[in-house]
Amino acid sequence: MSDRTTTAQVAVIGGGPAGIEAACALSNNGIRVSLFESEPVLAHNVGNKFKLFPDFSSASELVATLSHKLSGSHVSVHLDTEIVSMEQKGGLWFLTDNYGHTHEAVAVLLATGYDVFDARRKEELGYGIYKGVVTSIDLESMLKAGKLVNVLGEQPQCVTFLQCVGSRDEKIGNHYCSKVCCVTAVKQAIEVKKLSPRTDVFLFYMDLRMWGQGFEELYREAQEQYGIRFVRGRISEAASTFDDRVQIKAEDTLVGQPLKMSTDLLVLMVGMEASCGTKKLASCCGVEGAYGFAHSCSPYLSDNMTDRQGLFLAGSCKRPMSVSDTVNDARSAAVGIADYLKTALSN
Amino acid sequence: MMKRYWNEYQKEIADDKFFYERSCIRQTFFPGSEAAFLKMLREELGKDIYDEANQHTCTGIGYHSDIVPLQTTMTVVARLFALMTEAGYENYVPSCVTSFGVFTEMVEMWKHNPELLEKTRKILYDTTGRTFEIPKNIAHPSDIIYKFRYDLKQKMKYQLVNRFTGKPLRVVEHIGCHYAKIFPKAGVGNAEFPYVLAGMIEAWGGEVIDYPERRHCCGFGFRQYLVQENRGYSIANSKKKFESMEPYEPDFIVANCPGCTMFLDKWQYTIAEMENKTYDKNGYGIPVLSYEEMAGLLLGYDPWKLGLQLHQVQAEPLLNKIGIAYDPNEKFTGVSGKILPRPEKPHNLLV
Amino acid sequence: MDFGFTISKPRSIEPTEAGREQLLQLEEQVPTFRRCMNCGGCTATCSAGQFTDFNIRKVHNLYRWGQYKELDEELQKCMLCGKCTLVCPRGVNLRSLIIHLRKALNKDHQPGDYQHFIRNNNR
Repeated sequence: MSDRTTTAQVAVIGGGPAGIEAACALSNNGIRVSLFESEPVLAHNVGNKFKLFPDFSSASELVATLSHKLSGSHVSVHLDTEIVSMEQKGGLWFLTDNYGHTHEAVAVLLATGYDVFDARRKEELGYGIYKGVVTSIDLESMLKAGKLVNVLGEQPQCVTFLQCVGSRDEKIGNHYCSKVCCVTAVKQAIEVKKLSPRTDVFLFYMDLRMWGQGFEELYREAQEQYGIRFVRGRISEAASTFDDRVQIKAEDTLVGQPLKMSTDLLVLMVGMEASCGTKKLASCCGVEGAYGFAHSCSPYLSDNMTDRQGLFLAGSCKRPMSVSDTVNDARSAAVGIADYLKTALSN
Repeated sequence: MMKRYWNEYQKEIADDKFFYERSCIRQTFFPGSEAAFLKMLREELGKDIYDEANQHTCTGIGYHSDIVPLQTTMTVVARLFALMTEAGYENYVPSCVTSFGVFTEMVEMWKHNPELLEKTRKILYDTTGRTFEIPKNIAHPSDIIYKFRYDLKQKMKYQLVNRFTGKPLRVVEHIGCHYAKIFPKAGVGNAEFPYVLAGMIEAWGGEVIDYPERRHCCGFGFRQYLVQENRGYSIANSKKKFESMEPYEPDFIVANCPGCTMFLDKWQYTIAEMENKTYDKNGYGIPVLSYEEMAGLLLGYDPWKLGLQLHQVQAEPLLNKIGIAYDPNEKFTGVSGKILPRPEKPHNLLV
Repeated sequence: MDFGFTISKPRSIEPTEAGREQLLQLEEQVPTFRRCMNCGGCTATCSAGQFTDFNIRKVHNLYRWGQYKELDEELQKCMLCGKCTLVCPRGVNLRSLIIHLRKALNKDHQPGDYQHFIRNNNR
């Protein structure tokens, strides 16, 4: 065996919550695991967040806990290492990375996650054109820095959130709901109010999907305690005003009238799309599903399995998923992989 | 500060050998524009552009007013294509934005419904004995001027610069709905931020005003303004735009659609007479130019030969700002030397 | 000059500072109002809404945006039966809300003053 080749029982592709959780669970059961992350850091998507819904716990603490767990395990971690292709031969998987190295494994877990929707694709909303238009990811950075200002560097009089940017939108080809944006917006709206109590906060939605434990309560708290104004309607256009604010046009569908107002900041709640890695590897293995996400055998009893032997899935490479669901899904994948290894190795 | 990523949206625009189709209404409202376009292409750019004597309407106004049925429009469009084919051209250039929309739409319909194309071919042949080819390229004249904007700049005598302040002129650009809202890909810069006029303004020294109602329709509609009772709704759309652009103090408006250019000009008179309101500081209104007039002025063409005296809002304050030479005494002398009658003065709008 | 038509007025809601102040005041008077999630339960059960076009959900939404035109007249259709308050899943005190809306919209309004309503009904 050349020194350019590594072997492991399980190769985990992706170093986010799904990859780390599954790798640690497998490793703790005495299984040899290699983990590959294309970025120089672990869990960059979670790392971009300030606080997590619905309980406002710290995102960086979660990343630190996951990283600590990983470094305390026997998992062989390869950062800055992108798996560019993979194939199965004679019951083994051969993964090729961006350095041209080959990695062998009996089973592979795809945990390649999501990319954030590029808001510039919704031209009419002016992201990348007007400074007052930001994404939910940009807002997380502002909240993290504890500094919320408008274009002129002043405390904003008004902050407006818009749901479903890049989701539920035929025009950009995504019919699906990104699932986490509704509650994220409610969380962020509360954070804005906490940081800047005199700011008026509006939240434009088509439906509010408060599916998780504590979400509906958070929505109610946002209304009652923080006076956040929920408006049912989709903002169709953003433009700059003479005084560098953002003019928005929507319908208040509950009164059936068009609405025109200006706001200091327009926050676009950008949805989740299959990451580049997810698209590439799912298609390379023939397990691509709708919208470039990876396709599992069945959403009921075999949601971690694919049609390919020894290829497993976890987390948001399958569909938009919250952090807590992702972690649970990763543990479930670890159990499936351990079972598979028992059978595969006894043959 | 605008990020100019709409440069990514470019369309194919033919390079030479154009078949030109004139507009029904443009020669009345902007009588020098089409002649100026032909002159620019032939004399400034050295292009071959064919001006067919037997051409006719595209039915656009009737079509969009629900008066002319689809099959009639298709056949009329086919006859125009037949004239192009017979003249030996493949690149179709309709002067009017609505014609551009109609041609693009018919070709797209034929692509998806080949039986409609066959039916149209048959009707045209049975009635006129003509056959036709679908153009290789359909471009609006504003596309062509946009494409050659730097070549034209080489020949220009003036820039879009205020000669008193040395600052760029601040220009409102307005794109007709039928240019890119029917088929966003048919427009330079796509539908939300079409770059076709903005590209000319920026290349020629001006500054584009990005005002809040920039993307709002001028209100022309078709059935809307044709019926007198509905005009209040039509004019309200233009008024909304004027109110929105007013604080930016635009030096002029430029448009690429006959309807928009006409109504953004004429409604300023109507609003001034109805409400005694103008949208410039001095009570003259904001001049509205076609893109050919804008280019023609910068190339040094005589403002009166370009037909600026037939606009409602008069262009002299703008000409003075740019420093364009003109003879006030020649304003109402026609091209043939005949003295034209002088229009009545409005009550409120200064001229 | 008469051109045979008049310029249409914009019908978009454009929020104003005054409207914002009015809303904040109402929310202080009826704190439960903030909790409304626009389910329409109130309107579904409304006695007045069965026989007139009275829609309390729409009325209070228009009030939120400072659109007061004809709201006072609308509110006179309410019989204050209180069924809306009983059905509200978010515990909004609608009866109190309606009283406060009436007061805010018509400063001269006195409890028991139904002249306005009678006038409208006989029209």
